[in-house]
Amino acid sequence: MTPQYQTDGATGPALSVRGLTIDLPKDMERRHAVEDISFDLQDGQILCIVGESGSGKSVTANTIMGLLPSSIRVSAGEIHLGGAEAGELIGAAPATLRNLRGRVVSMIFQDPLSALNPLMTVGEQITEVLTAHGVGTREWQRARVIELLTEVSLPDPQLMYHQYPFRLSGGQRQRVMIAMALALEPKILIADEPTTALDVTTQAQILHLIRDIQRRKGMSVMFITHDFGVVAEIADSVVVMEKGRIVETGSADAVLKSPSHPYTKRLIAAVPALTGENRAAASNAAPEPIIRVEGLGKTYRIGSALFGGEYLVKAVQDVSFEIGPGRTLGIVGESGSGKSSLGRLLVKLQDGNGGRILFEGRDIVPLSDAEFRPLRPKIQMIFQDPFASLNPRSTIGHILTVGPVAHGMDYPKARKEAQALLSHVGLDAGAFERYPHEFSGGQRQRIGIARALMFKPKLLVADEAVSALDVSIQAQILELLDQIQRETGVSMIFITHDLRVASQICDEIAVMQKGRIVEQGPPSQIFLDPRSAYTRELVDAIPGRMPAEARLSALN
Amino acid sequence: MPGFLLKRILQSLVLLLIVSVIGFVVLNLLPGGPLAQFGLDSSITQADLDRLREQLGLNRPLYVQYLDWAWRLLQGDWGHSFRDGAPVLEVIARHLWATFLLMGSSTIIAVSIGAWIGIRSATHRGSTFDYAATVGAMIALSIPTFWFGLVGIYVFSLKLGWLPAGNMYTIGDETVLDYLHHLILPSIVLALVHVAIWSRYMRSATLDVMNQDFVKTARAKGLSERRILMKHVVGNALLPMVTLAGIQLPSVLTGALVTETVFTWPGMGRLFLDSLGYSDYPVVMGLLMFSAILVIASNLIADIAVALIDPRIRLA
Repeated sequence: MTPQYQTDGATGPALSVRGLTIDLPKDMERRHAVEDISFDLQDGQILCIVGESGSGKSVTANTIMGLLPSSIRVSAGEIHLGGAEAGELIGAAPATLRNLRGRVVSMIFQDPLSALNPLMTVGEQITEVLTAHGVGTREWQRARVIELLTEVSLPDPQLMYHQYPFRLSGGQRQRVMIAMALALEPKILIADEPTTALDVTTQAQILHLIRDIQRRKGMSVMFITHDFGVVAEIADSVVVMEKGRIVETGSADAVLKSPSHPYTKRLIAAVPALTGENRAAASNAAPEPIIRVEGLGKTYRIGSALFGGEYLVKAVQDVSFEIGPGRTLGIVGESGSGKSSLGRLLVKLQDGNGGRILFEGRDIVPLSDAEFRPLRPKIQMIFQDPFASLNPRSTIGHILTVGPVAHGMDYPKARKEAQALLSHVGLDAGAFERYPHEFSGGQRQRIGIARALMFKPKLLVADEAVSALDVSIQAQILELLDQIQRETGVSMIFITHDLRVASQICDEIAVMQKGRIVEQGPPSQIFLDPRSAYTRELVDAIPGRMPAEARLSALN
Repeated sequence: MPGFLLKRILQSLVLLLIVSVIGFVVLNLLPGGPLAQFGLDSSITQADLDRLREQLGLNRPLYVQYLDWAWRLLQGDWGHSFRDGAPVLEVIARHLWATFLLMGSSTIIAVSIGAWIGIRSATHRGSTFDYAATVGAMIALSIPTFWFGLVGIYVFSLKLGWLPAGNMYTIGDETVLDYLHHLILPSIVLALVHVAIWSRYMRSATLDVMNQDFVKTARAKGLSERRILMKHVVGNALLPMVTLAGIQLPSVLTGALVTETVFTWPGMGRLFLDSLGYSDYPVVMGLLMFSAILVIASNLIADIAVALIDPRIRLA
């Protein structure tokens, strides 16, 4: 049921994968990383391979590049390279594959921070591609690298040539990676989640750059992503993968507008919509806010005053807001905007300099740790990384009860409440005796939420609480938080870099830039009628603002 | 960088002060003292001893002796040996190069062989070579240096007669070849334990770097495995080793002391033991301060070297 796309006459697919099956090592939960998958990468097209973690999309990409670790083996299938260098990639000699890598097929990776050698300059690292394939004289190579740096729109290419990676921002490093991948004008570019680690405005720029270069060079791009928003932005055709199998293929239009497989429908439906609709009030607006923040600031000192070189970083500047009971304030910003510093100030994990935080009418800023301790249960935090925030040596029961017991609750009562909460957040009672490693990321985040709720808090501070999760899991967790808020009337501060997520759950959104709140208002204002230029830039950068009919049909 | 240097040098001075005080006090707590050796000589009277004590300044309170010694040291006067009256620095200098020769050659052996074994173990993880290297390192680490020295002498000098059993040169020969001949056994014995340490550290550092994303990038560029290893893996893996080298120096010095004793090598280790036996305080203190400065300086140099190699620190 693989649909055949029209191809214009002579040009066949740049790459065709047929019946590819890749085995996993014996002790893994699945036998195959991918099972009997077939698809074509058409010449001069962008093919998006979409799937959640564990779908096998990255393994497929690495197989094409011949970069699989030795513990994972291809057991069946073919990968045929088209064009002038036509040939079979599976079973090809290592030297043949090495010769193709970087010259005919290039690859860029997810995390540009770690994908460049910290000890070599940008220029050296790009030149290496040319040298490895024996192309050009030294002078020519140098000129070519400068040309490439210009092509990917890096500022001051002459200077950039001699720069070390640590000096560059994430977006700039990804541009260097793209320049490196383009060095020998390959026919095929494989991009493995190249924008996932980037801020939304940077992501928009990189997507634009890839699209632009692909058109100019007539390259074929295999773009791996988990985000249907990105798919809508860039794809010509789409392959959807679930647990190592292809569940749907088709043109981008067809898949986005009328997905046929339930999994595709679920994925598309799970992409947070940008409706710009305000949230229905969870409770009657009470006049008295739970928390009121006035003129809060935090300045970090970097370097040493005694030996010179000290300078100040204003992470949070003059931030003011208030939240009523049962309401959610979203704090949205890119990396370095100060949103996480603000979160730490609110739960007093860190002391600010200047300003007041009135919690239930009492200023908690001047309180000492001992004075704040009785209030701590009322302000709880949910963390980003559900893997790192649970002690691997404690049972879930211990994790949930240790805090309340320390604050004076007797154990049988704490145990009863913990079990009730576990079933409330959608886990079975048996979870109480088990350890964190036995749970998936989404389940762990549910445990994290249950832990925060054990104290019956008045305020929950969720710092990027769903960022590490797959989109379908994300949607479930957001739903759970919404439900809990309606039942308990807890107020929430939801810190996120993702405007789409914020639009799902927030009554009000504050947009932060360089430590300040540049705009605050209900979602309708932020998304439909932004007042500040920065907010507009952020909203415009959101990938794939999907046409409404696509979402509707996906939901039906 | 200048701020960092200034801070480190100030820290080092405080450290030296503490070392000197502890050394001075402990030395004077030892029973006997510099004049004890004359106690058995019946021709020396109590009056002679008192005169000697006054001449050497040993009759003064301990803190006065210390302050006097420290003040002179600051002015560059390390004092004179009680034994032959020669300036302490001169005595140390006589023995210095023998120790440096031993330490230098064994360090070269340890670093080159250790790094090689470590890299090969990492790239051939789980191979026979890797297991052999692991077992070998365990053995080298768990057996004391002097035992290796004695076994070496027994096998290669007594039984096989290939290598000399001790000393730095044959009297009357003293060619470069003769020195090298004498150097082989002690430098290998001293290097053994450090080969083991270096190979273990280098193995884990190499494995660590091999799993980094930029190595995958290098592979995706179409580089050869050899180039990836030499240019991308080894450089990054050696970075933490520079710090390790600085930290390892004191133990090389200690090892040299033992090795010199086993092989009757005329270096600082032998000088230290002899001077201690004679209660030659100025020389012992001089050696103590000298090795403390050496250790501090090598740590500082290692830190500066890391800063110079790593652009993230150099340019930050």
